[in-house]
This record gives sequence, C-alpha cells and structure tokens, in this order.
Amino acid sequence: MTSFLSLDASGLSTAVDKMAQDLRLKISQPFDRWIFAGVQRRGVPLAHRLVRVLAGAEGLPVGTLDITFYRDDTGDRGVAPVVQETHFPYDLTGKTVVLVDDVLFTGRTVRCALDELMDFGRPDRVLLAVLADRGHRELPIQADVVGVTLATTAMERVDVRLSEVDGEDGVWITSMEKGREDPS
Amino acid sequence: MKDLLGLEHLTGAQIEYILDVARPMKNLFTRSIKKVPALRGKTVALLFFEASTRTRSSFELAAKRLSADTLSFTASTSSVTKGESLLDTAKTYEAMKVDFMVMRHGASGAPSLVAQAVKSHVINAGDGSHEHPTQGLLDIFTILEKKKKIDGLKVVILGDVLHSRVARSNLWGLTKLGAHVTVCGPPTLIPSGIVEAFGPRVSVSTHLSDALEDADVVNVLRLQRERQQGDFFPTLREYTEFFGLNNEALRQAKPDCLVLHPGPMNRGIEISSDVADGPQSAILDQVTNGIAVRMAVLYLYAGAGGLPATPPEPKKPLRSTQRSS
Amino acid sequence: MPSFDSSSSCLIKGGRLVDPSQNRDGFFDLLIENGRVSRVGANLSAPAGVRVMDASGFIVAPGLVDMHVHLREPGHEGAETIETGTRAAAAGGVTSVVAMPNTNPPIDSASAVRFVLRRAAETACVRVWPSASITVGRAGERLAEIGSMAAAGAVLVTDDGNGIPDSRLLRRAFEYAKMFDVTLMEHAEDKSLMGDGVMNEGSLATRLGYAGIPNQAESVAVARDIALAELTGAHLHLTHISTRETVSLVRQAKKKGVFVTADCTPHHFSLTENAVVLCGTNAKMNPPLRTESDRTALIEGLVDGTIDAIATDHAPHSRATKEQEFSSAPFGVIGLETLLPLTVTELVEPGHLSWSDAVRRLSTGPSRVLSLPVGELGEGSTADVVVIDPQEERTMTRFLSKSQNSPFIGRTLRGFARLVLVEGRVVFDRGAVS
Repeated sequence: MTSFLSLDASGLSTAVDKMAQDLRLKISQPFDRWIFAGVQRRGVPLAHRLVRVLAGAEGLPVGTLDITFYRDDTGDRGVAPVVQETHFPYDLTGKTVVLVDDVLFTGRTVRCALDELMDFGRPDRVLLAVLADRGHRELPIQADVVGVTLATTAMERVDVRLSEVDGEDGVWITSMEKGREDPS
Repeated sequence: MKDLLGLEHLTGAQIEYILDVARPMKNLFTRSIKKVPALRGKTVALLFFEASTRTRSSFELAAKRLSADTLSFTASTSSVTKGESLLDTAKTYEAMKVDFMVMRHGASGAPSLVAQAVKSHVINAGDGSHEHPTQGLLDIFTILEKKKKIDGLKVVILGDVLHSRVARSNLWGLTKLGAHVTVCGPPTLIPSGIVEAFGPRVSVSTHLSDALEDADVVNVLRLQRERQQGDFFPTLREYTEFFGLNNEALRQAKPDCLVLHPGPMNRGIEISSDVADGPQSAILDQVTNGIAVRMAVLYLYAGAGGLPATPPEPKKPLRSTQRSS
Repeated sequence: MPSFDSSSSCLIKGGRLVDPSQNRDGFFDLLIENGRVSRVGANLSAPAGVRVMDASGFIVAPGLVDMHVHLREPGHEGAETIETGTRAAAAGGVTSVVAMPNTNPPIDSASAVRFVLRRAAETACVRVWPSASITVGRAGERLAEIGSMAAAGAVLVTDDGNGIPDSRLLRRAFEYAKMFDVTLMEHAEDKSLMGDGVMNEGSLATRLGYAGIPNQAESVAVARDIALAELTGAHLHLTHISTRETVSLVRQAKKKGVFVTADCTPHHFSLTENAVVLCGTNAKMNPPLRTESDRTALIEGLVDGTIDAIATDHAPHSRATKEQEFSSAPFGVIGLETLLPLTVTELVEPGHLSWSDAVRRLSTGPSRVLSLPVGELGEGSTADVVVIDPQEERTMTRFLSKSQNSPFIGRTLRGFARLVLVEGRVVFDRGAVS
C-alpha cells in the first residue's frame, strides 16, 4: 500500500477559493436565499470554509446532513455505521441549497443526500459543490462546482484530510492491494 | 449477533452503541417527515403471544418510521388457540420471508427457542420473567438523557422483581455500565440468588426509606394485582403503605432523583399520582424514547451480521463547532 | 421371549467376575446350562456343544436391574413401547426393568398388571417387572387394590409422577402395603412448595427467568414419609432423590433402623443445573438437576450405602413434545443406555466406587430392595449376565430408545455392555465376544 500527497494544504486552500468563486458565478440569487448543506463528515467543515470565503464574519446558514439512514446497502452492511448529527432547521421554500461534500466518486452518497434533503422541503434549486471529483460514477450525478479533478483508478483510495477533523489539510491518494473503498 | 434476546450477553460497549444510534433516531421526531428509508422493503412481523398495546404500538411505529412493512399477530385470534405449537407458528412466518420477528411471549426462553429455528432476526419484546431488552435500553437511554452518565449512579428498582423481566434487563444493562443497583421490595417478591446472579454491583433492601437514600434514579415496577392471590403480600393496601412510592418517600432520594415506570401504572398503589405527574417523573419521556431505541435496534440488527460484536469507536466531534444561523 | 440365539447354554471364559452377592471379584469362568449358572470356577472347560464366549479384558456381572423405568405402554406408545424400551435396556446391559404404572390408563388394577405381563411376554427382550399405583387412577385419593395387584405380579406400588399429598392416606397405604410385604416407592415432593417450578431454585433460575423448585420441596416430603414409615414399620423406598438434605435424612433414618431404602439417577450424580443452559428441555426433569453440593452429596450417599441403588427414571418423550417453551415441555429424560457408562465414567473411573460397589448399586442392591430373584450369579441362579468392556469409549449420538431426549447427546463415555444374556439366551451382542 503506497500513499502520495496529491494536493497539499496550500493547494487545498486555492481549490476552496476557486469553488467559492464558481459558486458566485453560478448562483444569481442574493445571499439571503442561500443555504449550505454539509454532508457528514468532511462536507461540514468544507461548507463552513466556503461560507467564510463568501460571506466572512456575517456567515450564511450551514445545515448538516448525515446520510446513514438513507443508504441503500443496509442488508449488506459489513462495518457498523457511526451516525453523526443531522441538523437542518430551515424552511427550504424559495431557497437555493448548496450541497457540499469532500469527494465525489460513485454518486451514491449524493443521491442519499438529495433524498434526505427533499424530506426537509422543496428548494428552488440544489447545486452540488465538491472539493475533489475522482470519476467512476455509477449514477448520472455531476457536480456543479469542483475544486480539483483527480484521475484515479478504482483500486485507489482518496482521503481528504481537513484540520477541523484530522489536524492537517491535504488530499492523499493510496493504492489498495485488493478491493476498493466503501463507494461514495 | 442475529437476534436481540436479552441484555445479559451484550457488552457495555454494544449497549452504548445502540443508544448512540438511538439519539439521531430521536432527532427524526422533530422533522415534519418522520421517516427515513433505511429499512424500506423489509418486513417486521409482530408476534405478540401476550397482549400488549403499548409495546406493540411502539415497535410498529418504529418499524414504520424506518419505512419497513409490518405484520401483526395476536394470540387470542390466532392459530395458537387451535393448538399450533410455537415453532410451527414461527416457521410459518419464516416461510413468508419476514426479516424480523418481534416476539412477546408468556414463557421465558420462548424467543430463544424460535431464534434457533428461524433465519429471521428475532427481537425479544418480553418473555416470561426473563428479559425485556428494549425496555432496559430505553430506561437507560432516559437516564442518560437526564443524568449524562450511568457509571457510579445509584439506581433503585422498586417492586415485584421476582416476576419482572423489566427488572432483569435493567439489572444487566445498568451493572454493565457501572451503576449500583438496589433492588427493593418485600422478600417474597425478591428472587432467590439475585446478587449471585447479577453480581456485586447489586444489593437488596426490604426497607423503602433505606433503599431510596441518596438515590439518583428509582424505577418503579408495576404491581400485578393478581399477586395478592399468590400470598406474596397480604393486601394491596399494606403493600402500598410499605412500598408505594409517594412524595414523602421520594424525599429520601437526591432532590433531582429521576422517577421511571415501565407502565401501565396502578396510580395510588405502587406509585402515587403526585409522583407520577411530578417534576421528577420521566415516564412520558420513556414512551418517546422507546420508539427511538426500537428504531435503533431494528436498524442495527437488520445488517447481515446483526449487531456487530465490537462496535466502532464513536467519532470525535469536529474541532471548531461553527454554526452560522 | 425374542432373542438372538435360541441356545440358553454357554461358557463365559476369561473375564473378571464381579458378583457381590457371592463376595466374588476375580477371574472366574461362568458355565451356563439351560438358562442357569451351573458352575463358577477357574479355568472351566465347556461340555460338548456348548459355545464358548471369550470375555478376556471384560467384566462379567449379574445383569443390571433398573428399578425405575417408564415403558409408556399402554397409552403413550408414540414415545416408547415395551418392545423398544426393552431393546434399549438390553443395549444398556439391563436385564430387568421395573415398569412404572403412570401409563394411560394407569396400572391400578390386577387386570392392568396382567396386561403389562402379557405384553412383555409377547414383545420384551429383557425381564419386565410391573409396578402398580398406590391410589386409584394415581389421583391420591383412594387406595387401589394393592393386594390383588401384588398377587398378579406387581413388585412395588408407586404413584410416581406425584407424591401422596394426604398424610393420613399415606399412613394407611403404608400399613396396608406392609400386610402384603409390598414396597411403597415414593416420589417425594411437596406440591405446594414445588409450585409451578420447572428447574432448581437459585441464581441460575433467576437469570433464566424460570420459576424454581427449592430443595425443600423434596426434603419436606421425605421427612414426612420417613416419619410415617417409622410409625408403621413399612418399607419406604425413596426414588430419584436429588438433594443433600434428603441424603442426610435417609442416613439418619437408616441409623435409627427405619425400613427405608433409596435410589438416585445417573443424571443426578453426573450433572448440575447448568446443564439446562446447554441442553434446554433435554435437561428438564423432576426432581430437577441441582447444585454441585447436592451432586457430591449423592455420590457420598452411593459410596457409604445410604443410597442402595442407581435407577434411571427412564422417561421417554417424543421430539415434538420436548421442542417447546421450557416451561411447557414435559419433565423427563431417557437413561437406559447411559446408566452403565455414566456409572463407569463418573463413579468407577474417578475412584468413588469399586467395581464391586458399582455392581451392588446397579444389580445386587436393587434386586435385594425388591426381593427379586435376580442380581446374583451363584450356582443355581438364573443366568442374567452382562459382559462389560470398561475401556470401550463412545460418543453418545443416537439411542435405540424410540425417544432421544437425553442430556448426554454428544458426551463421550466409557464402559459399555458387549454381551447381555437373559436366562442364558443372548439378547444383545455388540460382537467381539465369541
């Protein structure tokens, strides 16, 4: 198993800035209509970073979504899930929701997050913003805003580390001996 | 573990894990759509050989909030009255390919007998005097909500412990998590060898005042009126006088002592209305928590291997909690 | 009587003959002619035409006598019949069984006793000694015709399955049975203390949520029974005793000269209540398996002779009836085929009993308690013989009995019957003895 650093802390910061810029270009609504939804786990601090770049000290609403109960692989679940907090006390009517996650891979996590989001209400529009798109989609889902695009093989694992969770910033790619990681 | 038959064979870590999952389940109740698709397409059969409205409704609601389908069986109208054996009934449901059998039965050990014979996940909803694991779990969950910990707490279980499956599940769960449990009632209602059975964290008292001194929690068991016929005590009146929980008795406990009761209550007998409706009572919270705990149980046991033997470590919270409004 | 070989003569050579009735334990050959022991001596030679059985390395003993066996016929033939039960007995080295009367209908009349004897003559391959109930219908209310039943062939009277609740009735029964020299076998149990108990009372029953049966449910009844036996001078035989308290009571009573005898089962001297966890309803019987302290007290009783006999209380039940909730399943486990190996593995091998004492408890003792004309291999005795291989080791899997409800399934035991003769005829032959 070998790991290499694909994106260092400064590269990550640049990527986040780029994502924020792209969002500003893509969303014509004023900020008071924006709601960020961070997908647990690392989508949450990522969402907060985007908000800091975009709105500084004033801030913007950031909800958190844990998609564990929306997964479609309950029967084959091998590892026991750890459920994080879902906190989404917002009225979605007339709003633009920015769904934020760290890595876009098969697209299944995003599908779960969309299902969950729709149980909270009916937003005007939902955009998907991801730090890293590593390809290998299994569903017709694409990100509107991408920080970096990574060319990976299915035998590799992509780990995003954020200082709020992991103590450091960076994106690592690890080649696995057999099988692949839990698809997300 | 394919089945939840009792808390006796669960580790403290497994119990805490189930409760960790119950917490986000409870948060669902604040949403307008109180449903998640986690068990969509699964079938939960409710095999209640003993009547029970509240536990059955609680499990039914738990299953439905996870998007599962439910199937109900009541003993009085069923094949049991036609003489069908327990295993034959269970195998019939297995042939319908139900994923879960939530079972309540008057005979201790009945869910275990069924669990060995079927592939479905068997969840014990109360068997004889043996265990009622989800009640034990929801009682502990309720205590944790208010007291934030179990380790080191002084808990009193008051009443007919001899016939109580709720008491036994509580004893297992609480001692595994480090509480000290005092079992209190007349000696005729305390089972033989209880300290030997449940370990050194358990003590026995036949004096209510002494038992309640400095208690953090008192769990009041329902007294079945028929027990009077069994010569366990002379009259309900005398039982109430010496073992009924009222405000005066409760004063011996800590001022923030929590009062629990598995229900349904005999107001004025084992518990006074003042206490049942008073500020220390968490009895209604128990009902709400019951659904969340049962949802967590169904969710966790639905996986191919059932409940994991070694649960995962809980994740540390994020370093800076930023919540923008 | 159906058997393997119609010849009733043979010479059993080279084995170690253990016959406490004749104070023999040594290398003696046994010459059997026309169903009787004709000679016992060293290095005998066979007369012309008499088969020689080589018993080198084996123990030769009088056939085992099991004084408490439920053959279930009439009425419960689904679980066992006289035919299948006696076949199981033969395989277990048992040449005489005392058949319990709690059949359906119960054996509470002379004609019912004759029925058992007739069925045995038609289908049994070992000796069946019928017993009869003390009360009509085993209801514990009125005495049955003890005199007529004894005359018809009943060797003891018992309401086994129940005790006799009414003390005055039990006193009358003792007095009346004494007139006919009939042994009264008591299943000593105070029903009110037993309540709806299904296993031994204690911390294990508390953990499992089962109602418990305290030791005193037995000892209270035993104390009463002994007092009445003392009062009347009748012969009280206490069957399947299970508690330390009872062993003490019997020991004291014997010292005082009360005419009391006792037996205990192999499952009670081999197992404790913990077997319930492992074997479920196959460890459910009445009286229940108790604690290690009770178990050792039973062994002490067998060693010092307080307990005169080992009897199985062989109680067959079909699989369907045992495959129920623990509290609903019937009490009882089979035992004919594990009687000998458990005695060898649990009592002889660890050194609690010598072979002589073991044969006393298994054969001589029970015969003497009931004054049966078996259990001996002196010259002139009827040739009921068991040849035992003390080293043979087997794991118990399938039993010859029609029912398989045993807590010893999967156990590996040593000491099995190789050859069994009743009245000189072979009724069981595992081979390797010819």
